[in-house]
Amino acid sequence: MLLSVENLSVAIGPVEPLSGLSLALDRGEILGLVGESGSGKSLTALAVTGLLPLIGGRVSSGSVSFDGVDLCRLPEADLRGYRGRRIAFVTQNPMTALDPIQRIGDQVDVVARLHLGLGKAAARARTVDLLASLRIPEAAAICDAFPHQLSGGMKQRIVIAMALAGDPDLIIADEPTTALDVTVQAQIIHLLGQLARDRGLGLLLITHDMGVVAQVCDKVAVLYAGRLAETREVGQLFAAPAHPYTRALIGCIPREGMAPGSLSGIPGAVPSVATYPGGCRFHPRCPRAAEPCRAAPPPFAARPGGGMLACHFPLEPADA
Amino acid sequence: MSLRRTLGPVRSALATRKGALAGLWLALVVVVAVLAPLLTPYAYDIQSLPDAFRPPAATHWLGTDEFGRDLLTRIIYGARTSLSVSVVSIAVSVLAGMILGAAAGYFGGRLDQAVTVVVDLTWSFPEILVALILVAIIGPGVTGTMVAIGVAYLAQFTRLTRAQIMTIRSETYIEAARSLGASDGFILARHLLPNALGPVLIAGMLATGDAIILEATLGFFGLGAQPPLPSWGAMMSSGSGLLFKAPWIILFPGLAVATTVIAINLFGDALIHALDIKTRLREA
Repeated sequence: MLLSVENLSVAIGPVEPLSGLSLALDRGEILGLVGESGSGKSLTALAVTGLLPLIGGRVSSGSVSFDGVDLCRLPEADLRGYRGRRIAFVTQNPMTALDPIQRIGDQVDVVARLHLGLGKAAARARTVDLLASLRIPEAAAICDAFPHQLSGGMKQRIVIAMALAGDPDLIIADEPTTALDVTVQAQIIHLLGQLARDRGLGLLLITHDMGVVAQVCDKVAVLYAGRLAETREVGQLFAAPAHPYTRALIGCIPREGMAPGSLSGIPGAVPSVATYPGGCRFHPRCPRAAEPCRAAPPPFAARPGGGMLACHFPLEPADA
Repeated sequence: MSLRRTLGPVRSALATRKGALAGLWLALVVVVAVLAPLLTPYAYDIQSLPDAFRPPAATHWLGTDEFGRDLLTRIIYGARTSLSVSVVSIAVSVLAGMILGAAAGYFGGRLDQAVTVVVDLTWSFPEILVALILVAIIGPGVTGTMVAIGVAYLAQFTRLTRAQIMTIRSETYIEAARSLGASDGFILARHLLPNALGPVLIAGMLATGDAIILEATLGFFGLGAQPPLPSWGAMMSSGSGLLFKAPWIILFPGLAVATTVIAINLFGDALIHALDIKTRLREA
């Protein structure tokens, strides 16, 4: 396993916004981490890159094992050698992810110069190749441009180029298409998917968009209010979601031939850390909730059809 | 590359009419100050009492002072004092302010509290008072004046840099740089300081104008450059008692101060516009 997160809990002060998270991701594989805002998706990304202290958080239990090394036990100086070199990060908003006063080329060059020890000219040659491989036209000219001269989709490609420049094994993309026009979202998603396959990278794709997941992911982990609801292979998940929350999320994707007005939402809102309900955290919004759901959280356990599930009353394929 | 980056805005500032005019005047003052010994037919310190109180004429373009010294010569040498004192003190002050402000703004915590307390303390006094106290401690003269002016403006640059750094440090590109393995030092040197530089340099430019006035004020009180070294402030001071007898003695050094400060402010304005990289590229 390239990345294996075991029973990870994150604490910020007295609260625990993320509990008992387990994920596994291999080279060449794409894992979608799905959930609504506030479910702990971005916290997972920060935990894996060891950047939790930035927001005052810490790993309270569990482990993040990357290529056999437990990142939670590494000192900051060693972690820095992983960031950008072995684990790279594609941020949410490409509009602000680039330094406005530095030329594009310089910003991409620096990653290879920092991590691969390349000289100025070698780093630039590599950057131009990299940009060209991401289908950026006139790569050499783009290197001399400033960020504000590029479109959103182009900026996101540059951000992806920066992530690739250190030749990493794992890329974490945190909502990489949220800030983009719908018309370029698909391009960027397919580009990321292709990169993972062609280069044998592990890709952890954090998103709230089930449509994106259906497009490129191999496996899906559904996160709700800081706990995993369900992890499954993607085809199975869409064919027969077992967790009511998963089914509700899938119900939020617009489909062809839908009757107008039939696009469903999920009633209620994700509870905040301070107001997590007891028992199963989804029960106040769940149509199948019953007494056991209020009494105790369901265990996150392997289920017969494959995958893992935390639900007292899972849906059968016939229900979906 | 960094040279091009520095010269670019200066060139665009010079392309505007007021920027060009101000730049021309400043260049003239600087050149004249540097070439002073070659340009002046008289010595700035040789007294000649028979020539005292001569009004402006062909032999003495700006007249002579109460000791018969050529006023133009003394104003030109005075430019040396004024410019070197103000530029050096502000440059050191900007540098120190950026280091203090960046450290406080980036690392926060106790360091930030300590810096903020000291800065707020000096900030609550007028610059002239801070400068006067310091000159009183160090003693009058060119060095004392430089230190006094530098410290008097330090709070301003520290505060500005700190505020800039605190805004920029929460930008996504800082987070992105960190997630790609950049260290604190790298982020400060490569992202934070360059992004904070523009406004601080402009403030430094404008403060240089104020520093010339402050230097003249200290000189007026006899606390600046000591005689016979001429300074604009000291010349105005000696002219103030002779206002009705020989008004040119106070008038011309006063004009020198005023025009130089106005030119610095106008050039600073033009530079503010030129440093806005987006405006510049849109117009190009």
